[in-house]
Amino acid sequence: MKNNFPIILFSSFLQILGIFIVTFFILHLIPGDPIQVMLGESAAVSDQIKLRAELGLDQPIYKQLIDSYLQIIRGDFGKSILTGMPIKEQISIAMKNTYILALTALCISIIFGIAGGVIAAKYVDSFLDRIIINSSLFFISIPHFFLGPLLMLCLSIWLGWLPISGMNSPSSIILPALTLSLGMLAIIIKMTRNCMIEIADSDAVRTARAKGMKEWSITIHHIFRLVLIPLITIIGMQFGSLLSGAVITETLFSWNGLGMLLVDSIQTRDYPITQACIFIIAISYVFVNLFTEILYKIMDPRMKDI
Amino acid sequence: MNKLVFFIICFWVIGIIIKLFFGFDSNQMIFSEILIKPNFSSWLGRDDYGRDIFYRLIDGFLNSFEIIFLVTIISGFVGVLIGVISGYFGGKLDLFVRYITTLFMAFPGILLAIAFAAILSPGKINLIFALSIGGWVGYARLARAQTVLIKNLDFVKASESMGSSRKKIITNHILPSLKTPLIVEATYAVAGLIIAEASLSFIGLGLQAPMASWGGMMRDSVRFLLVSPHYALFVGLSIMSLVYCINFFGDYLNKKWDIKRIEN
Repeated sequence: MKNNFPIILFSSFLQILGIFIVTFFILHLIPGDPIQVMLGESAAVSDQIKLRAELGLDQPIYKQLIDSYLQIIRGDFGKSILTGMPIKEQISIAMKNTYILALTALCISIIFGIAGGVIAAKYVDSFLDRIIINSSLFFISIPHFFLGPLLMLCLSIWLGWLPISGMNSPSSIILPALTLSLGMLAIIIKMTRNCMIEIADSDAVRTARAKGMKEWSITIHHIFRLVLIPLITIIGMQFGSLLSGAVITETLFSWNGLGMLLVDSIQTRDYPITQACIFIIAISYVFVNLFTEILYKIMDPRMKDI
Repeated sequence: MNKLVFFIICFWVIGIIIKLFFGFDSNQMIFSEILIKPNFSSWLGRDDYGRDIFYRLIDGFLNSFEIIFLVTIISGFVGVLIGVISGYFGGKLDLFVRYITTLFMAFPGILLAIAFAAILSPGKINLIFALSIGGWVGYARLARAQTVLIKNLDFVKASESMGSSRKKIITNHILPSLKTPLIVEATYAVAGLIIAEASLSFIGLGLQAPMASWGGMMRDSVRFLLVSPHYALFVGLSIMSLVYCINFFGDYLNKKWDIKRIEN
């Protein structure tokens, strides 16, 4: 068995380095003087000089790059221009909220997706199967910014079961989490169903049946184990759309996470926060991909030699 | 063809015909009819400024069509150029291009477009630029993979040994083979772009008021969900139906040409 974890780790490291450089140059791509854009044209000259020194924009570019690299290594993202508070605290609260939302959505879609897919595959071509497949087609093609209002309309306004937005009560996570998860759930259902049907026809399963294994035991030990492998890949890939969907969903439901912080910081031109949010979201995506790839190698014995 | 797809296409064609032959002003406001429900004079009702929702949807369609058309042309051209060069010449250049594409793919979904739309002032040109920045990567990967596949085939080797120049091999052999997979890729990419463009407008980074855009209308309509749910429903349904049609068309082409997706 060849050990290629160092290569995977190295390529992830290169990606992170690239993300850092791209986010670093965001501030420098602002047309005109970034300080004037952020403070407004009527700002006092002394304030402008102060901010310029604080952001290090008066230094040569290679020194800025090294300084901000050292800062990020220490977990320091600088200060917010609007409030003067360190960004780190704001970011860590927002990160926590976004992760809670994303993980809830992930759990919903994995649990119900696999359950739905297994049921649809068990009763292939039945009425139930057709309902599951057609509704999942609907949820795959619906964008987050339409599904959110639709759920608000049905569950909050007409039925009055859930709070519309905000994060005051524990039940307020349900609507944004549903909005985020339904698309992914539909993809998992489709994937699980098609894989199960394919594997149920394979030689391995026929042999197991011939040996006289019980049906539920075949489903768990033979079919399901093989279904998990493509599922892990698709879940890892979809996590990115979960993170970028969080930007829309959080804005829609006033969920105090990274996405809402990102949009707010863009509107108030607080660009250091914008940089930090983009950096954190992209880095999380890289880590999820790395984790998926490692898990994939562990799960699939065929991949170990490649 | 699917009846639903046919119906949706007819709906938009009728809308565009009305715009072209009869003309209308989608910014005309009637304050006595604010948020009115659908009726005979305004088919889909009116929005919070008393503007006709149907007319604004058509204008929004034309605006996003213009943006998405240009983004597809620009990112397709840049992507194919980079992909073919890197695939054909290989070596260090290829390694560099592959690194850049994986780097761009580390930004999930529309994050990169959000970043660039945020720092450039909002407007049509900047929106096109922001969407193209993430858009070229898919084309480049596809073009690179296809080029690597084709350049090792026997007929290309034969052409090389007969003394064809590199330029001739690229234009006569490699580019024609790219045509069908690229059209399919572009169809799916357009469906994604419609949602991306609407998402950017939804968070206020797209076309600015009073220009009609679907994302902007969606954002406005959510504020009036309680009093006039038809506004949000019509806007959302138009976006969804169009995306559905384009995906359907992509599936149709894919099946017709029997394209096997090539990955690196």
